[in-house]
Amino acid sequence: MRGAWRRLAEAGVLGINRRNADFTLMYNRRDCIALVDDKLVTKALAQARGIAVPELYGAVEIEHDVRRLPRMLAGRNEFVVKPARGSGGDGILVVAGRFRDMYRRVSGALMDQSDLNHHVSNILSGMYSLGGFPDKALIEYRVEFDPVFEAISYQGVPDVRIIVFLGVPVMAMVRLPCRLSDGRANLHQGAIGTGVDMATGRTLTAVWRTEVVAEHPDTGNPVTGVAIPHWPRMLETAAGCFEMTGLGYQGVDLVLDRTRGPMMLEINARPGLNIQIANRAGLLNRLRQVQAVVPELHTVEQRVAFARERFAVRPSGILR
Amino acid sequence: MEPVAGKTHLRWVVLALVATSLAVFAVKVFVLGFPLLPHAQSETWDVEARVSFLARGRPVKARLHILPGSDRYAVIDESFVSRGYGINTASPGGNRQVTWAIRGAQGRQALYYRATVRPAPGNAVHSQPAGPMPQKPEFAGIEAAAARSLIDDARARSADPDTFVSALVQQVTAVPADQRVRVLLGRNPQPGKDLMLAARLLTFAGVPARVAHGVRLTDLERSAPLVDWLQFLHKGRWHYVSSQTGVEQTPRDFLPWWYGDRPFVQVSGANRVETSVAVARGRETALGGATEQGLRLMPKLFGFSLFTLPIETQAVYHVLLLVPVGAFILVLMRNVVGFKTFGTFMPVLIALAFRQTELLWGIVLFSAIVALGLTVRFYLERLKLLLVPRLAAVLIVVVLLMAALSVLSHRLGLPQGLSVALFPMVILTMTIERMSIVWEERGAFEALQEGSGSLAVAALAYLVINQAWLQHLVFVFPELLLLLLAAVLLLGRYTGYRLLELRRFRALARDESR
Repeated sequence: MRGAWRRLAEAGVLGINRRNADFTLMYNRRDCIALVDDKLVTKALAQARGIAVPELYGAVEIEHDVRRLPRMLAGRNEFVVKPARGSGGDGILVVAGRFRDMYRRVSGALMDQSDLNHHVSNILSGMYSLGGFPDKALIEYRVEFDPVFEAISYQGVPDVRIIVFLGVPVMAMVRLPCRLSDGRANLHQGAIGTGVDMATGRTLTAVWRTEVVAEHPDTGNPVTGVAIPHWPRMLETAAGCFEMTGLGYQGVDLVLDRTRGPMMLEINARPGLNIQIANRAGLLNRLRQVQAVVPELHTVEQRVAFARERFAVRPSGILR
Repeated sequence: MEPVAGKTHLRWVVLALVATSLAVFAVKVFVLGFPLLPHAQSETWDVEARVSFLARGRPVKARLHILPGSDRYAVIDESFVSRGYGINTASPGGNRQVTWAIRGAQGRQALYYRATVRPAPGNAVHSQPAGPMPQKPEFAGIEAAAARSLIDDARARSADPDTFVSALVQQVTAVPADQRVRVLLGRNPQPGKDLMLAARLLTFAGVPARVAHGVRLTDLERSAPLVDWLQFLHKGRWHYVSSQTGVEQTPRDFLPWWYGDRPFVQVSGANRVETSVAVARGRETALGGATEQGLRLMPKLFGFSLFTLPIETQAVYHVLLLVPVGAFILVLMRNVVGFKTFGTFMPVLIALAFRQTELLWGIVLFSAIVALGLTVRFYLERLKLLLVPRLAAVLIVVVLLMAALSVLSHRLGLPQGLSVALFPMVILTMTIERMSIVWEERGAFEALQEGSGSLAVAALAYLVINQAWLQHLVFVFPELLLLLLAAVLLLGRYTGYRLLELRRFRALARDESR
C-alpha cells in the first residue's frame, strides 16, 4: 500500500482531500460558487460576456407554473430539461422528438405530459439539488453535436470538460455517452472519458469504468486520435470563464454544436478527479506549474498559449 | 483567495486542546486516583426517587417510602435532597418512610431521595430483612362470602401451601375476571389491585402474604417502572410468586422498596404530584472516592462534574458522550478511508440504535426496513407525488413497518425484533429517499454500494462505542473528547490520499512504474 501511495504521489495525482483543502477551499470564494451553482445565473453571466450558451427556452420557478409547460414547449420538438442546481448530471431529461401528444426521450422511451410535469415538480421540490433545497427547472436548446462525435457516442451529447486553474486550462477530457450511461456524459454514470492533448486537441487513450479502451463499446469506432474542432476557441472560452466567475479552480463543460460551434454548458466549482484517469496523468504537477508562473500571465491568450506549450503531449506519447 | 488562518494557527489550537485535555486527565488519574478501567465487580446500584409537585404557599407534607434493605440487597448509603424542608424518617408498620415538611412553598418543587445499594448484606446501614407482617383482613357481607368461596375453590384444587397459593393467584388474576373477584375488586379496579386482593385473601386463609413493590435493577433505566411481586410466608421465609403464572419464582434484579397496600407517595397541601424512579449501575467505590476527593480538593472544578447531575441526566450523557466518538470514526472512514455514506451523520445514529438491538439483529432489521421502504418508495414514484408529501408517506410507511416487524418478531418469539422501535425513523426515511434517487440516477450498484458503505461504517462505529472501557473513559474523563476535537480539526486539513483512492487511481500508479 505504501508503494501505491508513493507512486501516486510521484505521478502527481490529486486526491479528493487535497483538492478540497488546497484548491477549492483556497481559491473558490463562496459568493463566486453561488454564481455557478445556479445554472440560470451562470447562463445570464455568460451571455453578458458574449460567451455562447444553449438558448434558454424558459424556466419554471414555482409549482404553480408547471401547468404552463405545454405552452412553453409549444412548437419545440427537441429540448432539454435540467435542474438549475443539479449536480453530477442528475435530473437532466433530454427530449429528442414528439410522437402524437407524447414526448420521446433520446433512449426512445415515450412520456406523456403528466410524466414531464412530474419530473419538473420533482426538480422544483429539490429532489436533485444539493441539500434538497427548492430548485428551478430550466428548459433549453438541445445541442446538435458536431458530426466528429457522431461515430463515437451513443444517444447523448458528448461534452468537453476543461479544468481551469487561475485562468489557465490545465487538463481536458472528452466525455462520450454510451449505452451503459443511458446517454449521459458523466463518468460515474458509465460514460467513456478520453484524455485530450492540450496542444492539439486530439483525443488520447480512453477510459471506460476502470479499463482502458480503444474503441467505443457501442459503435466500435476508434476513440483515440480524434481531433476536436475549434480547439483553440474552446480553450479561450474556458480560460475566459475565470474572469467571468472569479473561481480559481473550476471545471468548464463545453459542447460543440453542429452549426453554432462551441457552447458553454455549465461550470463546476468542485470538478471531479476522474479526468486524471482519462488523461493517465496527475493534476497536481500541472497545478503547481501554474501557481509558479501565473503572475506573469496577463491575458487569456497568454494563458492559453502557456497551457498549449506546457501541457502538450510529447511525440513519444508519454505525458508530462 | 479567501482569508485562511495559517497552519500554525491551527497547530496552536490543536496543541492547546491536547494540553488542556491531557492536563485535566493527568490530574484526575494521578492526583485524584480516578480509575482508568471500569471495575470488574462494579456491583453497586444508585437508585433515585424524585417527587415533584406544585406548591401553593400552604404547608406541605410529603411522604415517600424509602428503601428498607432486604435479605439480598443492603443499603450502604442514602441521602435526601430538598431545599428548606424538614426531614424525618420513620418506620410505621415495618416500612421505612421519609416525611418532608415545609410551612410555605411556592411553585414547582422537586424532592430527591438517593440511595446506593449493594447485593448481599454486609456493613448495611439499615437491614430489615423481615419487613412488615400483614394484618389479618376482615371481609363483611357479600365480600366475605365471595372470599370464602374463592378460598374453598383454591383449596379444593391444591395439595399444599405452594399449590394453594398458585391456584388462588390464578383465580384472582384470570382474564376475564371471575364474578367473585369483581365483587371484591370493586367498580374501578386500579392496576395492581388484583395482586393486593390475592395477598389479602391468602392472609385471610391463614397464609400470610403481602405485595412487595420495587424496581428492577437494570442498566440505565432512566425512568424505572415500579414492579409488584406477591410474597407469602412459609416456614419462616418469604417466597416470591409470579403474578402471571402464580408459580413460585425468585425474581432476578428485584429491589423491594416497600410492602403492603400503602401508596408510594402521599403529598398533602400540594397538587400535580409526579414521581419517578431512576436506576443506574453505580460507579465503583474507587471512582466514588475519587469524586469525593476531587470535590474536597478542587470544588470549583468538580462542582461541574457529570457525577453531580441527577442519575436520569447522567444516563442521557452516557449515550450523548458516545456521539463524538462515532462522529470521529465517521470522519476517519469518510476522509481517510474514503467510504461513501448516505447522509453525513446517519451512520452514527444507526450505530446508537445498534446499542439496543445488538449488531446482527440491528443489521437485519435495518436492511429489512430499508428494503421494504424502498419497495414502497418505488411504488410511490408511479403515483407522482410532490416531495414533502412523498417523504411523509414514506415516513408513515416506515413507522408502520417498524410496528409490523415488532409484532411479527414478537409472534415468532424473537425479542430482538421489539427494539426496532429504537431506530431513528426520520433518518431511515431520508436514507430510503436518498437511496432511491441514487438507484434511479446512478443505478442499483451504486445505491447498494453506498447503502452497504453506510451500514459498514455504522457497524464499525457500533463496535467501537460498545467497548465498555471506552464508555467508561469518555464518561469519567469527558475532557478526552477535546483530544477527539483536536484530531478532527487536524483531519480537517488532511490532504493525503484516501485509502480507496489508491485503488481508484491505481491505473495512474501503474503508468509511472512502467
